[in-house]
Amino acid sequence: MNQAGAPFPGAIATARKVRSGETTAREICEAALARIATFEGAIHAFNTVTGELALVTADRIDAAVAAGQDPGPLAGVPIALKDNLCTRGVPTTAGSRILAGWIPPYDATVVRAVAAAGAVIVGKTNLDEFAMGSSTENSAFGPTHNPWDLDRVPGGSSGGSAAAVAAGFVPLALGSDTGGSVRQPASLCGVVGVKPTYGLVSRYGLIAFASSLDQVGPFAATVADAAALLDVVAGHDPADSTSLNVGSEPLAERLDEGVAGLRVGVISDFLADASPSCAAAVRRAAEVLGAAGAAVEEVAIPSLMLGLSAYYLVAPAEASSNLARYDGVRYGLRVDAPDVAGMNSRSRAAGFGPEVKRRIMLGTYVLSAGYYDAYYGQAQRVRTLVARGFAEAYRRFDVLIGPTSPTVAFPIGARTQDPLAMYLSDLFTIPTNLAGHPAVSVPFSLSEGLPVGVQVLAPSLGEGPMFRAAAVIERGADPGARGPVEPRLAEVGR
Amino acid sequence: MAELTGTFSRADVVYVARLARLDLEPDEVDRYAAQLASILDHVAAVTGLDTTDVPATAHPLELANVARPDTPGPTLDRDEVLAQAPRVEDGRFRVPPILGEAP
Repeated sequence: MNQAGAPFPGAIATARKVRSGETTAREICEAALARIATFEGAIHAFNTVTGELALVTADRIDAAVAAGQDPGPLAGVPIALKDNLCTRGVPTTAGSRILAGWIPPYDATVVRAVAAAGAVIVGKTNLDEFAMGSSTENSAFGPTHNPWDLDRVPGGSSGGSAAAVAAGFVPLALGSDTGGSVRQPASLCGVVGVKPTYGLVSRYGLIAFASSLDQVGPFAATVADAAALLDVVAGHDPADSTSLNVGSEPLAERLDEGVAGLRVGVISDFLADASPSCAAAVRRAAEVLGAAGAAVEEVAIPSLMLGLSAYYLVAPAEASSNLARYDGVRYGLRVDAPDVAGMNSRSRAAGFGPEVKRRIMLGTYVLSAGYYDAYYGQAQRVRTLVARGFAEAYRRFDVLIGPTSPTVAFPIGARTQDPLAMYLSDLFTIPTNLAGHPAVSVPFSLSEGLPVGVQVLAPSLGEGPMFRAAAVIERGADPGARGPVEPRLAEVGR
Repeated sequence: MAELTGTFSRADVVYVARLARLDLEPDEVDRYAAQLASILDHVAAVTGLDTTDVPATAHPLELANVARPDTPGPTLDRDEVLAQAPRVEDGRFRVPPILGEAP
């Protein structure tokens, strides 16, 4: 059975049907492309749709099945990739004018992994420029619209990937999460979004924003599909020096073991700062876990509330260093000048948008002589306090839950004039990145017709219990609270 | 240690823009001064904390000199890489003069 609003069943079901020959990868791919053709004009989830390439891939999968070979666990499943994941031969922009038209000479490790698993890449999704933002409005190529309400943002920075799953374009997508950029758009679009343990998924070929925080993560309509995609992309990569070399058992196999005896902490500090509907969703999700046998208790972790401020010193500092490479010499935009320093400065001024310039300058400032220890050094010490707050809580709890986002999706344009208001969107997701932990956002309820996600947090490599709790929350969620949805084009005259 | 006032002057913006190689327009300087001041004002929440005896965390993993075996392997295709460069000459990246010397 197809998911509501999508021309295909979920990822696992699609792969099963393609592997068994019950359907073909081409049929699935054509259905996905047809749906994209219908709604993409109103949603703008993609910067590039690779339709022809996708059909070639789909035919190769079908040929493999016909020849008796197994194309892999994601055989014939359409997938969308955030446009900061390098794809050899396919433009990769990071949502920036400075990389417009750039064609990477190599594939990210995760891109190879999904291709090797038989997934069919249908396009590159829109994002806030260099993944800096919480609404996808910072893209140089225009905003993405939330499929639930086209006048609202999908969240960000992986807003295109979240919207692509929510609109039923694809059952799977990859994003990247530096301070909440997978989980927050997942919450705002009514889909599942995962930020894995730092180092679990290779960052090779992910265009760097803040290297000690960045992690690639999956989007899907269901917890089981998200786990299946994480199983495919997780694993050690010699090309990423921060890649963990740990044998991890597949998550998908133990999803349904339940939460009996699991110790769950409800982060009270987050509830106090969330909108009433987002806080209410968490309280009801806690009841669902309790009814399923978990031991649920509220816990205060005040140091987590320091995370946002520490993050807006650490992340810009790392970004200012990472983005120094865009100098107009080897790739990307060049604006000529009589000398090389002038060429660098003009190219960067013309190529970067306002948010990226803000963060580069903020990062440069906090790393500059006289301010380094007071700002950057202090932020690193506060990062330790955040990690200690978590460590203390995880002595008593196996997982923690809280809201993903303080609010539901906000109107396009509502926060663009006030950077600080935009930054507050990530209040509940940032601490996880500072600590290097995993977390997942699960669609749970609706507030005035807009989706509300509940976040499950776990200690490093705690994905097993985290996914089991997420699966129980998903089963207790309100009907109709998750995507895909049918975008309502007629109502807004699009 | 410099005094942290939470303000960000036009001169500060001009200074960091030069360090960061960003050629800003005058109206951008005014706008960024105001926005960066407001952001720094907010993060003052952490700059005032007593963190005596708290070690710094630079990275979530404790890593030390991760190296791979020093064995030859495939590299990126040179033509494919150079095809993406704004200017190329004789198989190399071409740039304007660096020290005021004519090319």
